[in-house]
Amino acid sequence: MTFLRPAKGWLQLNLRELWRYRELIYFLTWRDIKVRYKQAVLGIAWAVLQPILTVLIFTVIFGVLLKTPSQDLPYPLFAFSALLPWQLFATALQRSSVSLVGNANLITKIYFPRLAIPLSTVFAALVDFLVSFLVLLGVMIYYRHWPGLNTLWLPLIMLFALLTALAVGLWLSALNVKYRDVQHMVPFIIQVWMYASPIVYPIEIIPEGTWRLLYGLNPMVGVIQGFRWALLGTEPPNLTMLISVGVVVILLVSGLYYFRRMEKTFADIV
Amino acid sequence: MAEPVIHLENISKQYRIGLLQERPDTLRDVLTTGVKRASRLFNRRAESNAEGSSHIWALKNISFDVEHGQVLGIIGRNGAGKSTLLKILSRVTDPTTGYGEIRGRVGSLLEVGTGFHPELSGRENIYLNGAILGMRREEIDRKFDEIVDFSEVGKFIDTPVKRFSSGMYLRLAFAVAAHLEPEILVVDEVLAVGDAEFQRKCLGKMSDVAQEGRTVLFVSHNMSAILRLTQETIVLDQGKIVMRGPTSEAVDHYLNMGLTKQGERFWDQEGYILQGAPFVPVALRVLNPAGEVVDTVNAMEGFSIELVYQLTKEISGLRVGIYMLTTRGEFVFTSFDTDDQQMFEKHTTRGPGRYISRCKIPPNLMNEGRYVLGVNASVYRIQRFFQDDKALTFNVDATGAPGTQWPEQRLGQIRPKLAWSIGKVER
Repeated sequence: MTFLRPAKGWLQLNLRELWRYRELIYFLTWRDIKVRYKQAVLGIAWAVLQPILTVLIFTVIFGVLLKTPSQDLPYPLFAFSALLPWQLFATALQRSSVSLVGNANLITKIYFPRLAIPLSTVFAALVDFLVSFLVLLGVMIYYRHWPGLNTLWLPLIMLFALLTALAVGLWLSALNVKYRDVQHMVPFIIQVWMYASPIVYPIEIIPEGTWRLLYGLNPMVGVIQGFRWALLGTEPPNLTMLISVGVVVILLVSGLYYFRRMEKTFADIV
Repeated sequence: MAEPVIHLENISKQYRIGLLQERPDTLRDVLTTGVKRASRLFNRRAESNAEGSSHIWALKNISFDVEHGQVLGIIGRNGAGKSTLLKILSRVTDPTTGYGEIRGRVGSLLEVGTGFHPELSGRENIYLNGAILGMRREEIDRKFDEIVDFSEVGKFIDTPVKRFSSGMYLRLAFAVAAHLEPEILVVDEVLAVGDAEFQRKCLGKMSDVAQEGRTVLFVSHNMSAILRLTQETIVLDQGKIVMRGPTSEAVDHYLNMGLTKQGERFWDQEGYILQGAPFVPVALRVLNPAGEVVDTVNAMEGFSIELVYQLTKEISGLRVGIYMLTTRGEFVFTSFDTDDQQMFEKHTTRGPGRYISRCKIPPNLMNEGRYVLGVNASVYRIQRFFQDDKALTFNVDATGAPGTQWPEQRLGQIRPKLAWSIGKVER
């Protein structure tokens, strides 16, 4: 039985319903991936080429020319290990911000849990991530860098990365339904955010103490730090990472709240 | 077990007028609203305008129940709230106030092709669209061949649908929606798209569903389809239910709605003159034999119909005429003022000025009932200057007409007085 009622401010998450629609989430993810590389000669190879080319550029500019320190790691490996979670985040951000508006024809005609849409864009970004992860393994083998026991933490770090992308994606997607300005702002947000994260430079560049802790307010700092540690055995997670986790929890809970509050009106205003 | 499948209590839906338009909010709007508010202080008229009409009720206090297996029609003019009602029933949007219960899956044919992606193949789109409509994967697997058969796209099933003809696209989309098998089926104006064959298929599928004992809500402007497929119908007007009853009565009511009822109709001449129209309609009247404007005429006495109009320039070959229709839209007759060859020769050219074209409907012609008058002014095969198919309605009362000693309803639109003779031919 279904009840029709006015939208209330805070509705429970209704995860059971979301679970019932898991096949829809699967098909939406599948569509996103399938459509993205349709009619492209190189197809899914782009998911591999993009990070490789980016790492190449970074290595030349920051590694070779600027001689940026890289935590005693070969610069390409250093950059690649950060670029992977970063690209997961950036792709998810970019796609999810326009996801609801892009699927307006679905939203205005059919009922389904609206969370399925940003969720499926984040999952689609995860697939790209997994493909380029294989490349990272190749680079690690090339530099004969064998991962240690820390690797066992990797799934947890990945979940953290995913939740970070989802948290920000929820906010942006819901905001963009009402304010289309968001989709124009996102490219700049991503650009600034990238240089505010330890991708091309090591976290040690930031002075220790208060500054380092403030730096942790950027959740991607924690994600990248954790990712490098799990795979390459750099400096282990510390208070900075804890701050990042806290920020993500706040972003995620508030994002879910905002999304649920707004979703009842999506069909009316999208 | 007698619980209704759909139960609505005082469902209302309010929209902000700006939201009905396509224009999305932007941050700038939010910023400028403040400025506008301030400027309104200096402009009283704008203020009353904006405050009073910035919200509208698309639906107001809608309550009704639908029993299991019922086929219910929903009719109403554009903007009466039909689509909003369907959106609320399918949970796309929430009511502003009120409460409702729905038992079972709501599937709808208004979503034909929703979520189809042009880059994906027919096969892929069947799965995607099926999932979007709420089908499980194994359900789609099971029905896949049936869907392909029904759609008749056959060997193109692995071609991207962007290469499909629009007919194939529509058939495939409809095939998926038609195999959804919901407990409650909502059909909204699908019949307006596609070719005749496709429409026939839609109607066929609908009556199949109804015969299987599932509940159907059928929204349409097509009165004959409504009459054919539903027994009971709701009439919506300005967000309210104005009537619920047997379909034939509801359709009559709907067709009579909003038409003037005093036996006289005036047009806003200024508008036509400003447009530079050569033919400007002024008034249409129904007159009894005493020359009074009336809403009800007596069939036995006969009556007149007159159309007053103004020509702003000379027109050659003009004919001005009326249609008489039933309230269901069936034509009774059409007649023009220059039908007679002599009249046509005499009035071949009409110069600028005000005219009245009047015709007499002979006594003992019309049967009792309510009729609609339409107006047409044109030059045959050259130009149509003016047409209004629902200009005026009036009643015909059959008191004293042939056969009224039997208080039965006589079928047919005319009730002529015929010269009968009765002779005995055999003992």
